[in-house]
Amino acid sequence: MARVAVDVVIKPEILDPQGKAILAALARTGHPGVSSVRQGKHFDLEVDDSVSDDDLEQIAGTLLANPVIETWTVSRLGGNNHHSEPALAAPEAAL
Amino acid sequence: MTTSATPAVPEATNARIGVITFPGTLDDVDAARAVRYSGAEAVPLWHADADLKRVDAVVVPGGFSYGDYLRAGAIAAQAPVMRSVIEAARGGMPVLGICNGFQILCEAGLLPGVLIRNASLRFICRDQWLRVENTSSVWTARFEPGAEILIPMKNAEGCFVAGEDVLDELEGEGRVLFRYVGDAPTQGNPNGALRDIAGICSADGRIAGLMPHPEHAIDPLTGPTDDGLGLFFSVQDFIGSLQTAGV
Repeated sequence: MARVAVDVVIKPEILDPQGKAILAALARTGHPGVSSVRQGKHFDLEVDDSVSDDDLEQIAGTLLANPVIETWTVSRLGGNNHHSEPALAAPEAAL
Repeated sequence: MTTSATPAVPEATNARIGVITFPGTLDDVDAARAVRYSGAEAVPLWHADADLKRVDAVVVPGGFSYGDYLRAGAIAAQAPVMRSVIEAARGGMPVLGICNGFQILCEAGLLPGVLIRNASLRFICRDQWLRVENTSSVWTARFEPGAEILIPMKNAEGCFVAGEDVLDELEGEGRVLFRYVGDAPTQGNPNGALRDIAGICSADGRIAGLMPHPEHAIDPLTGPTDDGLGLFFSVQDFIGSLQTAGV
């Protein structure tokens, strides 16, 4: 088994009204130094050895992200060295 | 502004028009009613069933399929019934996506572009003026060139976005079916859609999608106008012409 992280972000040229709303809220709450916010999505996947890098690219590019408006990165996180992240410590619990 | 002339009820075509229901679909009942009201037979199609039941055309109605999880329309685009719709559409079967149905057709790759969150971040519900930009498609042939129609619109993710090259191609090929018209704040572009695009179609004019709801405007008793009927009459004219030709 391996853990994989997929991060999806909106392309720079695509309008991100949610990011703009967050930016406005930050300015209101005393963080005027933040000049840009782009909202994205993060996916944690648990996959077995049959899932290749090509499979992961296809998963990310055809379902997790919409290539028209989004870009993505796929990162294999390795084995058991991620216990520090609560969301990953007991993935079965989420099912 | 003027609406298009109210189309006459077509000759009975025996057209069978499928209406899909996904978990979270809201407007399948009104879409089926619009199909029947315009003189065709409405055939219920189920998201988990790949059988299209020999329909002549399909309407993918609005709502919040799969709760808009992931992206609006993204999960529905992978449903068994959509695999069949995609295959049939590529073979020439007319398909109309309304609101969430438009989002689903984009996510399924049947139409280009994508619908993102409205620029205002608000859910917008209002009667909306549209100009019918292309009156030769399978779904709009009953409208007169330049017709302006008033039909309801209700969505949070109606902002049409595509690359500049795709937008230029859509414009160049006459594939912008409907454009938002009128003056702000009560009319005009409600959501930041690029080039005021409210609806588009495929190169052959058989696959169409729009954000506003023609199925809610079929009878002045229950909608702002009956302008929406034009789409349902148009596709029956097309189906009838195929039947006449013996295709």
